[in-house]
Amino acid sequence: MNPNDLAIQARGLSKDFGSLRAVDRLDLDVPRASIYGFLGPNGSGKSTTIRMLCGLLTPTEGSANVLGIEVPGDAGDLKPRIGYMTQKFSLFGDMTVLENLQFIAEIYSIAANRRAQRIDEVLEHYGLVGQRTQFAGTMSGGQKQRLALGCAVIHKPELLLLDEPTSAVDPQSRRDFWSNLFRLAEAGTTILVSTHYMDEAERCHRLAILDHGVKVADGPPQELQRNTGMNVIEVLADDPYHAQTAISELPIVASVTQLGIRLRVLIPESVDDALQQVQRSLTNRNIEADSHLSNASLEDVFVAVTLDTQQRAA
Amino acid sequence: MRRDRLTFAMIFGIPLMQIILFGYAINTDVRNLKTAVADEANTHLSRDFVSRLNATQVTNIHSRVTTVAELEELLRSGEISIGISIPHDFDRRVADDTRAAVHILVDGSDPTIAGIADQLRNIPLSFDTAMPQERTSVIEVRPYYNPERRTPVNIIPGLLGVILMMTMMIFTAVAVVRERERGNLELLINTPVTSAELMIGKVLPYIFIGLVQLAVILAAGDLLFDVPVRGSVLDLYLAGCAYIAANLALGLFFSTAVSSQFQAIQLTFFMMLPSILLSGFIFPFDGMPKAAQWIGEALPITHFIRLTRGIMLREASLGDMPVELIYLVVFAVVAMTAAALRFSKRLD
Repeated sequence: MNPNDLAIQARGLSKDFGSLRAVDRLDLDVPRASIYGFLGPNGSGKSTTIRMLCGLLTPTEGSANVLGIEVPGDAGDLKPRIGYMTQKFSLFGDMTVLENLQFIAEIYSIAANRRAQRIDEVLEHYGLVGQRTQFAGTMSGGQKQRLALGCAVIHKPELLLLDEPTSAVDPQSRRDFWSNLFRLAEAGTTILVSTHYMDEAERCHRLAILDHGVKVADGPPQELQRNTGMNVIEVLADDPYHAQTAISELPIVASVTQLGIRLRVLIPESVDDALQQVQRSLTNRNIEADSHLSNASLEDVFVAVTLDTQQRAA
Repeated sequence: MRRDRLTFAMIFGIPLMQIILFGYAINTDVRNLKTAVADEANTHLSRDFVSRLNATQVTNIHSRVTTVAELEELLRSGEISIGISIPHDFDRRVADDTRAAVHILVDGSDPTIAGIADQLRNIPLSFDTAMPQERTSVIEVRPYYNPERRTPVNIIPGLLGVILMMTMMIFTAVAVVRERERGNLELLINTPVTSAELMIGKVLPYIFIGLVQLAVILAAGDLLFDVPVRGSVLDLYLAGCAYIAANLALGLFFSTAVSSQFQAIQLTFFMMLPSILLSGFIFPFDGMPKAAQWIGEALPITHFIRLTRGIMLREASLGDMPVELIYLVVFAVVAMTAAALRFSKRLD
């Protein structure tokens, strides 16, 4: 990929907190005008990586090039060109929506004659016209999140960094939020978003899966789903608990996950007769079940790529 | 305890430190008051009296002038607390029962010093047995600036400093750390705002609030306690500006150093006690041991109380006490710079 098409290029980015390695030699290529997702559990290094990329934290090792500016370095030139939305609502609860927007617009030195117009645009785009005089602290989770996004993009940044932006909002707000993100990406903004929701990760153009600070997978979601290296067998059983016990005893099984009455069984592709082995183990125990091969979901991908670290931990 | 070392320090370190500090520093048995003598008689007898006075160690005569007017000038500018005026007919007055032989001019804006000056009256004028020993009217004490010896007149100029310090420092001490707790800070440091802009933005509005408070205290002092502002009100406000800025800057520095609002408030309280006890607000500055005086000199409130007492009671101007004002300004600038430097626009 041509370096000019990349908004972020990181090489060997690491961050230690004391003896804990929060991010471990991360390489990252984020193409411009796309939505790039960070998927990983809590503590996997998503927030730390985002904070390093915007200059809030100094990497212990490695470096990154963000919008042509070297990190670590003078982050002063970078700040006006990026927008950042924190995990926690970080606007001023005792100011109104309008005051918050005016304050942020002033900080980003948006020319006074264009400021009012830009604020109106943001209020309009993010459905906050009715809330303009409401105190930000009294708004619902979804409204707060729209305001936070509005403030993060008020200066039309080239790069938008979103740290678990949807952890505090309902599914409908999340859908609206994502349609806003797609519109921004369409208009040329590069968006880096961290999440621990599979359905959100699935919407990203590209995805990096982080686990214990290590990038364990990287690529478009569909590609990741095709290349898990695992056969996925779905087992429908009336007694999923016993079925799970039986299947877990098979040495070829990498992982079994229960979803209601369904079991998702991951078995390495190198095993030829995976389905037969599963069915046999169930009939041996007189467990009635319907087993068939299935396509990998993103959750299966996640389980598959984090297996190594889980086994190491166990 | 191991996980919260600051609290640990607060539990053991602070009480110990403070009891040691104040145990030694607080001393109502005041010695070495700054004194000047105007000996217009300059006879054997008058010189004998002066040396006897010095032998009490209560006074520390560091300058000699020729006229009473000069003594009054030194008193006004705060350079001395006590002026000894010996009239030219001293020898004759000593023998005369009806007239005072010595006038002690004392800065009545400090009640303890006024009390001590009273004790000086008991000094015998001479060991000469020919002199009557039981005379009490030989030495006359004139308390300047507060002749009625009303407590509010002494207390309110000092209270001005204490009240302003308490409110101002807490305002800014929690300012940064509150935003850190609420998460506002993480947003702000990701914007193009510079550290200096942030710090100045935190201080400026509070200077205005401080000046309003100053006006409220002065008005209450005048209406309720009849405490005068004899000097220039403008001077008083200028001194107030510098003092308010110094406290705000110090509070801001604390705010960048602590990690919670609770710690910030603990730190301001930690500052309160020495500020009340070592500033000359309650106990006379000259009575403290040298080490305690150094600590006192470092505190902005010490300099501010000197300024307020001077301007409000002694009708002094800022020009009479330039060092005090300069110290406050320098303190504010240094603390502000330290806060801006400490506050890095990073989280690590």
